[in-house]
Amino acid sequence: MTEVPSAYQRHIGEAAALPENVMLRVNHLVKEFPITRGVFFKKQVGAVQAVSDISFEIRKGETLGLVGESGCGKSTTARCVLRLLEPTGGDVYFRTGEDDHIVDIATADKDTLREIRREMQIVFQDPYASLNPMMTVASIVAEPLVVHDVGTKEERLERVKELLQVVGLSPEHANRYPHEFSGGQRQRIGVARALALNPSFMVLDEPVSALDVSIQAQVLNLMQDLQEELGLTYLFIAHDLSVVRHISDRVAVMYLGKIAELADRDALYEQPMHPYTHALLSAVPIPDPDIEAKRSRILLEGDIPSPANPPSGCRFHTRCPKAKEGVCDVDVPELRELESDHWVACHFPEVKKVF
Amino acid sequence: MTEPLLKVEDLRTYFATEEGVVRAVDGISFEMRRGERRGVVGESGSGKSVTAMSIMGLIEPPAGDIVTGRIVFDGQNLLELSEDEMQSIRGGRIAMIFQDPMTALNPVYTIGDQLMETIVLHQKVSKAEAREIAIQALRDVQIPNAEHRLNDYPHQFSGGMRQRVMIAMGLSCSPDLLIADEPTTALDVTTQAQIMDLMLHLAEDRGTAVMLITHDLGVVAGFCDTVQVMYAGGIVESGTIDDIYHNPQHPYTWGLLGSMTRLDDATQHRLHSISGAPPSLIKLPEGCRFRPRCQFATDICRQVLPVLRPVGNPGQMAACHRSEELDLKALSVDGEVGAAASEVTS
Ligand SMILES: Nc1ncnc2c1ncn2[C@@H]1O[C@H](COP(=O)(O)OP(=O)(O)OP(=O)(O)O)[C@@H](O)[C@H]1O
Ligand SMILES: Nc1ncnc2c1ncn2[C@@H]1O[C@H](COP(=O)(O)OP(=O)(O)O)[C@@H](O)[C@H]1O
Ligand code: SF4
Ligand code: SF4
Ligand SMILES: [Mg+2]
Ligand SMILES: [Mg+2]
Repeated sequence: MTEVPSAYQRHIGEAAALPENVMLRVNHLVKEFPITRGVFFKKQVGAVQAVSDISFEIRKGETLGLVGESGCGKSTTARCVLRLLEPTGGDVYFRTGEDDHIVDIATADKDTLREIRREMQIVFQDPYASLNPMMTVASIVAEPLVVHDVGTKEERLERVKELLQVVGLSPEHANRYPHEFSGGQRQRIGVARALALNPSFMVLDEPVSALDVSIQAQVLNLMQDLQEELGLTYLFIAHDLSVVRHISDRVAVMYLGKIAELADRDALYEQPMHPYTHALLSAVPIPDPDIEAKRSRILLEGDIPSPANPPSGCRFHTRCPKAKEGVCDVDVPELRELESDHWVACHFPEVKKVF
Repeated sequence: MTEPLLKVEDLRTYFATEEGVVRAVDGISFEMRRGERRGVVGESGSGKSVTAMSIMGLIEPPAGDIVTGRIVFDGQNLLELSEDEMQSIRGGRIAMIFQDPMTALNPVYTIGDQLMETIVLHQKVSKAEAREIAIQALRDVQIPNAEHRLNDYPHQFSGGMRQRVMIAMGLSCSPDLLIADEPTTALDVTTQAQIMDLMLHLAEDRGTAVMLITHDLGVVAGFCDTVQVMYAGGIVESGTIDDIYHNPQHPYTWGLLGSMTRLDDATQHRLHSISGAPPSLIKLPEGCRFRPRCQFATDICRQVLPVLRPVGNPGQMAACHRSEELDLKALSVDGEVGAAASEVTS
């Protein structure tokens, strides 16, 4: 009989395996949402396979961009990483700051999670929905401090004022309510709150998607400045590939719950190897009429299949221009390292410059 | 010179609200040629949709009111038409498609019924002929199995397919002008590429003029011939796509281009950011509406509202007092530049 290692032993075991420059490692993460029928006796009739066995790591001080189309599993991944959702399977190893030990967030107990949460924070997409309209800016930003019982009331107010300044708002804003602010300013309030406990790691889930271009630039600049000053590590989620190129060090492309390609930023944009990455990049418009006039697009056929019933083999095979019958619809392509630090999940990878 | 297809003159569309009068569109003038594809860009709230709704005669009284202006379509001032006359133009000679096709499609009728209704309303055809036209229209927008899909309900279509249906419906009566209000904003980028490609081909083949409303300067660069940039209810600049992207004459246009991240930009330079946010349309600033955010503002900008006037390349127009002296093209846009911080946080 083999003994099941305790959570603690697993942390120790993996600690040795996590290279020193790695902040977080996701191993074989799976998240399924049950589909149920019936009102009184809920019967499970299937499962949405939102995230299907993905692995990646985020290095200290870097920004990992996570891109993909709506519904591909980006937010679900982020929520599992922070354990705001219970993963169905897999591990999430996180290097905690103080004593530099490794915790498996996926299996950590409540007390450990509570401690860890100080170090990992999230900023959401919708600056309108994510702030409580009944609370003043001061109480919104101070909330994590209160929850974690940090400082006296006066100290917390001082910290709030300091944080507002850090994100480019004025301390006088502390007593106002969210509706008095524009979208960009609200996003700054969300960032200030996320920074309250001095996190080392931040998940930014589409932080600029709801904002107009000119405001988007303000928030992107702020995120970059904060990273530089505070040495933060980011998981940056977006569907806009231009924004991701601008902000990321490495980029992972997701399709239907799987990672299709993961590479260094320049490699991903200049030498993409996965047919889905090719199509995705070729679809993004470039604000220059001369360039647009010369471009040819890879137009995908049809729509994204349902994650409740994903295609067999390679999940992209129903739309892939390169799909080969008998191979792509049968065998699941593993994510393989084809060049140094360049990972691709395709049976027929090929470098192709698409813009 | 031939008459323009559409001529909008000093259009002002206001809304009465509890807080005061919202000057959503405040004195805009522009023209469109037959077959022209014109981009209308600007931040959220700048008046793009209200412009479109005004042309379509969809401004709802009593709150909404076109206080002045003329909208001359093919020689006829639309603002003088009766509601009946307007109804026959709407969906007939001028068609419109919206950002969210679900709001425009009725969930309880089949796609086919809705298409045929539009066709019968605007063309003198029998029901059987309308059905044939509807099937062809669906084929034109590349919906496979058109004759079967006709019997489906909107919810049985994906977002991209619904938008195709809207395009089919919009083009079924061969309009002279198609107004597309953010037709791809709710769609993923690969679907957006399919839809824009489809619209481009259909519009080119049929010579349909398209007014494309969007906040995405990338989409405009690939689709349009001309652009007008809107800010706080006014047009601040207009010209060909080449003028606007390569020789902007208005600080707002210039700033907008500099704030964009680009797919083909390998540097991670600091983005230009326009400080602050657009003004309230209830309490517009005196003088130039962009002044509180403009890094080039001087005294005259505070006092006099600049009018849209020829500047830059032939045919190009901008509404800025300082266009000539600024030489924006030569100025780089890196680094955060803008009005004093006090203006941002006040
Ligand atoms: N609570 C839930 N119950 C059932 N299905 C869910 C739930 N949350 C997410 N899903 C499904 O899981 C899949 C991935 O969702 P997720 O929210 O991660 O997508 P996303 O990539 O973030 O998309 P978007 O860009 O639209 O936010 C989708 O098919 C979604 O419908
Ligand atoms: N029915 C209405 N009542 C009051 N204000 C309105 C109404 N419709 C639009 N507005 C206001 O008009 C301005 C311009 O709106 P709109 O043209 O929809 O902007 P956009 O450029 O995003 O399409 C906004 O300030 C908006 O709030
Ligand atoms: S494995 Fe086959 S179907 Fe999948 S991306 Fe590669 S070529 Fe296309
Ligand atoms: S008129 Fe003055 S304030 Fe307005 S855009 Fe020109 S320089 Fe700026
Ligand atoms: Mg999401
Ligand atoms: Mg609009």
